[in-house]
Amino acid sequence: MSKLPRLAVVKFASCDGCQLTLLDCEDELLALGEAVHIAHFAEASSQLEEGPYDIALVEGSITTPHDVERILLLRSISRVLITIGACATSGGIQALKNFADHQEFMKAVYARPEFIQTLSTSTPISQHVKVDFELRGCPVDKVQLLEVIQAYLRGVRPKTSSESVCQPCKRRGTVCVVVVQGIPCLGPITQSGCGSICPAFDRGCYGCFGPAAATNMTSLSDNVLLPNMSPTEAGKWLRSFNGYSPVFAEESVRLWPLTLSNKSHKEGGDTK
Amino acid sequence: MNEKENEPKLWLDRHELQRIFDVLIDDGYEIVGPTVEQGAIIYDRISSADDLPKGIRDQQEPGKYRLEAAGDEYCFSFAVGPHSWKKYLTPPIMPLLRVKQKNSELEIEEVIQKPQKFAFLGVRGCELAAILIQDRLWLDPAHSDPVYRQRRESSLILAVNCTTPAATCFCSSMQTGPACRSGYDVALTELKAGFVIAVGTSSGAALVKRLPLRPATQAEMDEAKQSLAHAEAKITKQMPQVDEHSKLLKKLKHPHWQSVAERCLSCANCTMVCPTCFCHSVDDVSDLNNGDITRVRRWDSCFNLDFSHASGTPIRDTTASRYRQWLTHKLASWIDQFGSSGCVGCGRCITWCPVGIDLTQEVATLLEEPVDVGE
Repeated sequence: MSKLPRLAVVKFASCDGCQLTLLDCEDELLALGEAVHIAHFAEASSQLEEGPYDIALVEGSITTPHDVERILLLRSISRVLITIGACATSGGIQALKNFADHQEFMKAVYARPEFIQTLSTSTPISQHVKVDFELRGCPVDKVQLLEVIQAYLRGVRPKTSSESVCQPCKRRGTVCVVVVQGIPCLGPITQSGCGSICPAFDRGCYGCFGPAAATNMTSLSDNVLLPNMSPTEAGKWLRSFNGYSPVFAEESVRLWPLTLSNKSHKEGGDTK
Repeated sequence: MNEKENEPKLWLDRHELQRIFDVLIDDGYEIVGPTVEQGAIIYDRISSADDLPKGIRDQQEPGKYRLEAAGDEYCFSFAVGPHSWKKYLTPPIMPLLRVKQKNSELEIEEVIQKPQKFAFLGVRGCELAAILIQDRLWLDPAHSDPVYRQRRESSLILAVNCTTPAATCFCSSMQTGPACRSGYDVALTELKAGFVIAVGTSSGAALVKRLPLRPATQAEMDEAKQSLAHAEAKITKQMPQVDEHSKLLKKLKHPHWQSVAERCLSCANCTMVCPTCFCHSVDDVSDLNNGDITRVRRWDSCFNLDFSHASGTPIRDTTASRYRQWLTHKLASWIDQFGSSGCVGCGRCITWCPVGIDLTQEVATLLEEPVDVGE
């Protein structure tokens, strides 16, 4: 048996995009293979070793009773548990059901919904177990992913910025799409990490990395979103990949109050 | 006004403008100047007079910038845009050194490369003032910065007097424009038929010797003077005089900081576009592949929560406290630190604020309040 630290990559409710980011590392993947023993990574190999693990990278959110059991077990056999991506960190796009009646969704999607076992919510890993580090992004950024892995291998704090998307945007010389084109953009309240890609292609930021460390949601809505769209549309803008992160959820419910279900949402605003 | 305004000037016909580019390229300069890209007039590498924003005008207001075609021959009829020269003098992301591990030894490798010789074309009066302000920081003899020094010393400045200020400009109340005052190698004033040229340094004199120039006529010089006077008259925005800057520092508990914070996104756009904001962070970035460490300097901002992180917590943990830090440093404590205001009146922070916060109005509100609200 290798004496290298044992790495596991484990999936919950997700699209696999964040795991693919790890596979996309290519050159660095070989170096990673020398720095850790990849014990469990179903996306890459069908040879799955049991725990314990030194580092568990967790993709996806908790949406089924079975998920709840699996995450508790994984936590108990992992020294360090790191969530990767918007699903694991804030519930993902599937957390839209948290704002609505999940039974209605099931009826619309499945021919025989009675065979589906699911929770009424999609929740982040941190609502179930202690998480050592949450890596943001939909998907996560390759450079940040490697930074976090090697920081834990070396026992230092990972360097991932909590600044707004605007700053890398300006460093790369992109002209502000809000000021020049009046395009709605979540950049000023979204955490950087993606390299500020969308504004460089004349698109507003979609908020894939969730809220920045300092946000002013009502000012963004009033001054950047609402001049270009209805309050309902603005609420939909915020209710996407990170829609269930508390900062985005609270503002989206203010703009677009819940109407579909009796579900109580901790950020309030349930109108029925 | 221009301190050299009564000296004799030279004249370049409009159809000879390309000659400036030819001579600079011949001398090995990388020309950086205004050009239209991404819906704005930005600064980028250009190689011909055709790259200039010919016949383009800009409309600016708080939080809004639009271009329109005037269809004339003027190449410099616009006010400053989203970029400033700090993009070239202190690059936004700059590797400083690399550390390699060889067995048990650490080997340090310098990675600062000798830059190209830049010729900056179209530098405005407010921007010259900004460069001189940055000089005080980066060229301080006690700890001058090699990156800035190399770039600054090898660059040639071809300024262009501003005859078309925007609604967000207030250079005249900061005494930095619209005319170029000092710090240029040559300064051009664009008229319909061509350019009146003033020489500022021996490098500038060497350049103009190789251009097809003749002495400017009195009429041409008068016209140039007049267009600058018109420009100055067009500037309506004013910074309240805060030279008694301690007034601002006596407003630290003013409730208006909170009212700004209700609008401020803390996104840092104002500091990114400001031509004098110099805050940066230095990080060691490690490479999983070979264990090398690269030390990288990046533009940072006092609007970041992490930027005031000390003893385990951010010292300025509210937007109000960060906006107050930025504004009082820029306009007041900067004077104690560097002997001048840190604001040159270019108006970028007003135009490029996504929510259109106007610092001249915020300062006016802070100062007009008669009550003393604490230091």
